Amino acid sequence: MTALVSHSALLTRRSLTVLVRQPAYLLITLIQPMIWLLLFGQLFSKVVDIPGFASDGQSFMAFLTPGVVMMTALFSAAWAGTTFIEDMSLGVMDRMLASPVRRGALVNGTVIYQGIVSVAQTVVVLVVAYAAGARFGSPGLGIVLTVAAAVLLTVVFAALSNALALLTRQQETLIGVSQLLALPLTFLSSAIMDPRLMPDWIQTVARYNPLDWAVLVSREALSATPDWGVIAWRGGALVVLAVVMSWLATKAFGAYQKSV
Amino acid sequence: MPNTFRSTTTRTAPAGHTTERLAIEATDLVKTYATGRGKSPVQALDGLSLTVRQGEVFGLLGPNGAGKSTTVKILSTLAPADSGAAVVAGHDVARHPDAVRRAIGLISQKSSSAPMMTGRESIILAARVHGMSRHEARTRAGELLDRFGLTDAADRLTKTYSGGMLRKLDVAVGLVARPTVLFLDEPTTGLDPEARAQMWEEIDHLASVEQLSVLLTTHYLDEADHLADRLAIVDHGHIVAEGTPDALKSELRGDSVVVEVADQAAGAIAAQRLSSLDALDDITHEGRAIRARTHSAAGTIPVVLATLEQAGVEVASATVSRPSLDDVYLHFAGHAFEGADR
Repeated sequence: MTALVSHSALLTRRSLTVLVRQPAYLLITLIQPMIWLLLFGQLFSKVVDIPGFASDGQSFMAFLTPGVVMMTALFSAAWAGTTFIEDMSLGVMDRMLASPVRRGALVNGTVIYQGIVSVAQTVVVLVVAYAAGARFGSPGLGIVLTVAAAVLLTVVFAALSNALALLTRQQETLIGVSQLLALPLTFLSSAIMDPRLMPDWIQTVARYNPLDWAVLVSREALSATPDWGVIAWRGGALVVLAVVMSWLATKAFGAYQKSV
Repeated sequence: MPNTFRSTTTRTAPAGHTTERLAIEATDLVKTYATGRGKSPVQALDGLSLTVRQGEVFGLLGPNGAGKSTTVKILSTLAPADSGAAVVAGHDVARHPDAVRRAIGLISQKSSSAPMMTGRESIILAARVHGMSRHEARTRAGELLDRFGLTDAADRLTKTYSGGMLRKLDVAVGLVARPTVLFLDEPTTGLDPEARAQMWEEIDHLASVEQLSVLLTTHYLDEADHLADRLAIVDHGHIVAEGTPDALKSELRGDSVVVEVADQAAGAIAAQRLSSLDALDDITHEGRAIRARTHSAAGTIPVVLATLEQAGVEVASATVSRPSLDDVYLHFAGHAFEGADR
């Protein structure tokens, strides 16, 4: 267990070191969520005027903030598997697997790293949203739960991305799958549109969409009168899914090793 | 309760080899890879067995696709075998992979350094994964960098390293936890001659001075000849010949003898006279040259010269040469080494 913890820490640090050494990439990672927020905020600013949208005179920016936070988390996390693909093609993965490093730590290393990136991105979105005039009913608790939901969503998709990387071992497949998932999951949720204005079938799909769970947790927690039932159920589902996905990703090493 | 203690000490000893401890013992390894729907699977290993003694360099020689890398992957716990068993450094690879991993170093075919990390960081990370403290890891990294002449480059990103430097770093990382068994999978592929010579020197040193047991795969005949104490020729997933390079060569039907005489007429006479000698077989002659094989290299030349002198044939040159590993490969694999890649 201690080996798992220390190996996870070592590998997380390795990824962070590499990130810091690529300042351009680091900058893009932090600027991209700003662009989404400001772009969507402008593009759709009039949707709040549609009868039945949201409530209590909330600005669209405030409505959109949880959506962009989670969308950013999903987009970043879906790429997590590229670290594995690179390690595989460089031979780093084989050397790791022939060393006493824990398999779980290899997954944890990339997932925790993505989690840290996601926290940074969430903070950027919240700061920019505030600067752009968004105000929230209960900011303190809201921000804590927003960060927590973003991290959980990151764990879910980073672990999935790792599992896909181990199973397919192809950068192209990984890119394809994340492209296929990321945008549809964003639009099949309440990230940028009030669910009450969506067609019925999208509302139904959204109910099973982990991105929507995270958006709802964050939006409720930030509102003046949080619906704790929604937060507990959606938050709980995220926790369960995060555990299941991490377990799957660790199991995927077995399949990878059978095929090398 | 003294029995409890005793029973644990024999837990991992392989059956039947109590007198001599083996570094590696692989028995009947079979491995098949699926190649995709509708295609027939590829049999990479087809009942491969080998033993590597402690402190020896064992060479696995064969063309690409013969099963060398698959063998290394199974023995270094990277991939499971479909069937068969392997004990490495006293531990079963399937049942106690972690114990094996703590005892081995793997230097794989591809250089395995993360390009955005420095050489020092790469070694420290490997040391920490093996459970060394921060301080121990730094000290060990310093030692290894110094030993491999990488101290000046230690704090540069490895993406700036040359091929030879990367290979040295790979070996340094492989040695970080002082393994007893080292796997070198085609260690000199892609290196320039100078870097290759340095690597050979290093491998010699590891085996002779540090008493490491080394399993080396290569598709260079000269490399196997130069480095391996014993070697095995792999073809189509199993071993077709095994022994010391010299023993393998002498298993061929003797050395080759080439005699050149002064003119063509003498050639015919010489060939006819020499065919009466018991020491020579397979005599052929073409123009001034007579070729034959012999069982006893040392005694042959004087007999040949004496016979030809009696016949009044003037000899221009007479040579005896040992068969090369090329001949050995051709003999055991049934096809020439060149172009054997599949």
